Amino acid sequence: MSLNPSQSVYPVAGPAEEASECVLAIIVDNEPGALARVVGLFSARGYNIESLTVAETDVKRHRSRITIVTRGAQSTLEQIKLQLGRLIPVRRVVDVSAEEDALQRELALVKVVGEGDHRVEAMRMAEIFRARAVDITHSSFVFEVTGAREKVNAFIDLMRPLGLSDVARTGVLSIRRGIAKD
Amino acid sequence: MSATDAKAAPAEKSASASAAAKPAAGSSRLVKAGAELLLDALEEQGVEVIFGYPGGAVLPIYDALHRRTSIRHILVRHEQGALHMAEGYARSTGKPGVALVTSGPGATNAVTGLADALLDSIPVVCISGQVARKLIGTDAFQECDTVGITRACTKHNYLVPSAQRLPTIVHEAFHVAAEGRPGPVLIDIPKDVQFEEAPYVSKADAVLREAGVKAEIRASDVETAVDLMRRARRPVFYTGGGVINAGKGASDGLRALVRATGFPITSTLMGLGAYPASDPQWLGMLGMHGSYEANNAMHDCDLMICVGARFDDRVTGRLDAFSPASRKIHIDIDPSSVNKNVPVDIAIIGDAGEALRALLAEWESRASAEAPEEGRLDDWRARIEAWREVKSFAYARSSDAIKPQHAIERLYQLTRDRDVYVTTEVGQHQMWAAQHFHFDEPNRWMTSGGLGTMGYGLPAAIGVQVAHPDALVVDIAGDGSVQMTMQEMSTAVQFGLPVKIFILNNSYLGMVRQWQELLHERRYAHSYSDALPDFVKLAEAYGGYGFRATHPDELDEKIIAMIDAPGPALFDCVVTAEENVFPMIPSGAAHHEMLLGGAVTGEEIGAEGRKLV
Repeated sequence: MSLNPSQSVYPVAGPAEEASECVLAIIVDNEPGALARVVGLFSARGYNIESLTVAETDVKRHRSRITIVTRGAQSTLEQIKLQLGRLIPVRRVVDVSAEEDALQRELALVKVVGEGDHRVEAMRMAEIFRARAVDITHSSFVFEVTGAREKVNAFIDLMRPLGLSDVARTGVLSIRRGIAKD
Repeated sequence: MSATDAKAAPAEKSASASAAAKPAAGSSRLVKAGAELLLDALEEQGVEVIFGYPGGAVLPIYDALHRRTSIRHILVRHEQGALHMAEGYARSTGKPGVALVTSGPGATNAVTGLADALLDSIPVVCISGQVARKLIGTDAFQECDTVGITRACTKHNYLVPSAQRLPTIVHEAFHVAAEGRPGPVLIDIPKDVQFEEAPYVSKADAVLREAGVKAEIRASDVETAVDLMRRARRPVFYTGGGVINAGKGASDGLRALVRATGFPITSTLMGLGAYPASDPQWLGMLGMHGSYEANNAMHDCDLMICVGARFDDRVTGRLDAFSPASRKIHIDIDPSSVNKNVPVDIAIIGDAGEALRALLAEWESRASAEAPEEGRLDDWRARIEAWREVKSFAYARSSDAIKPQHAIERLYQLTRDRDVYVTTEVGQHQMWAAQHFHFDEPNRWMTSGGLGTMGYGLPAAIGVQVAHPDALVVDIAGDGSVQMTMQEMSTAVQFGLPVKIFILNNSYLGMVRQWQELLHERRYAHSYSDALPDFVKLAEAYGGYGFRATHPDELDEKIIAMIDAPGPALFDCVVTAEENVFPMIPSGAAHHEMLLGGAVTGEEIGAEGRKLV
């Protein structure tokens, strides 16, 4: 009697597919527990959440827009969309990253503590990145920077040797270009 | 050919405002307490029976129930039982089952039944009491976060914010439970909402949300599917519980299509009865303990037509070796079931009955124009016959001890002329029941397939009996499982529900022991039950009837006595202790790598010898 050496009842997993990133806009009824359902689905089924942003966007119809950045194999991403579609408060799931040039923006507040040359260099970098100094003391700045995630990442990396102290980020927001509605 | 449309992001789910003719507002509108509004809504939804257990947070509802005769209440002994009864009621009637439980422990006890209904797609509406709104979040007596706890084991749940919202929520809950892929819905009602007064909103006036993606069955998919079916040389139908959920019309559609095509058909555990087991095209159940012919047909087919099944791990075995040479057509109402475990070539999203009728119409319109090639299935049928000859469900018979398979066979033969419904618990007896009890009609077989809930069968049988008071309802049980919800015997006696509990008693947790034998070198860690109750005396203690059979010669007369018993009965059928369920797809193996039972037929290997195989 030849048995699988793993002694597991579950089938042996196949080779992992290549993972890619996906930005989903999920339009939900703004009711108690709606966010918990979406987030619970991701954790219960073992999907990733790289960033999450949520706020009411249609006050009249009580609709919120949840933007989730996730990562997974193509088949997993398809499952995520279909599983989200099963939730009752979910009205629509839009794969924003499937659009060629959808707008993606993130806002970060970056606190840099330092003196002397570091301050000067930080200020110079901020100008190049069009980051605004929204709080200034003799030994610190808080910069507000917006842009695509890569730009925000680059700015934060550059601030690291110059006295990076704290970072707060919103996670990705996205919307389609042109007249097309999500 | 692809399932891309199933993958596309669903369009906006619209609210189905059913002509929201708003009744005239004004002080003259009749207002009622929330508890009355709840019962009004249940009545309008056609609820005839509630399985429930009272407690502090649902007392106003029970008070309102006390004053009505329109809804029957079955008092359970544990809330898990209430949910399984509601499931049994739902599966045997096609209507949603309703349970009523109190807050805190009442709700947490209901969780197993909700999870069971979710995995088997059974429409159930569970109403739970909650502490008053101003006490929520204060760790009040019998408070728990019911909507939080049940979020993962319901299709949807509600915490009712006000009496005004209550009727609409109840209507939406029934809609969600039954529409699309069915499932359990929970409504958590704070106690003060049960007292709060508000006007009633009828079903017609309620604005409801859709519970699934509305999908049109596309003619092009149906045409392509029939193209494949006409060219197939080794086709097989693989059907599941979705056909049963789709109603009698879907089973009729399946039968018509299978007969028109002449293709062989197998089914999952959940789908038994949708196609008659007495038909020659029937291959028997597939999967881990399915028949040799069904699993080999799945492995070697060139076209698989999956209807209302979900490629569960107990069905597919090893995924990378699953049916390697076939094209696959998948009919399902839930787009997330498509391409979840197994990629398919054509996806038809929609109701199984509609899809099957569309396929049949297309098949027949082609058949009249150009007949399919004569005899193209002959070779395939010959191979299937050769697999059938293996007789994979055969077992070593015994003349001095009762074999569990033999007990099921006798039970089947002795109940054939009856209006019979069968439920099961979970374990070896469940698989033997699926292999040796045969169903020709849908909604006759109630079992916990997805969650595998020991203790499901007895309360489920009670739920079935409530719906079908004159039918013979048998719970095929094991000595382990039956003790998990045994207290519901008391419910059966109180309400005069003559369910028959047929226990295959081997003193082992048999399936656990079988796996320990096969996987853990016979180290039987904690799978033997010493000190089992005397089931005959236990039945009598509850006020029911008890029977025991220990020898094959007395089996028939005792079974007949059980059937004829005028009330609930326990049958202690003492069977050979170390019997294994065969055939079996071992862990991590594929369909064509089945283990067959060592012995085939005849008396040559006795009970002792069997242990050595």
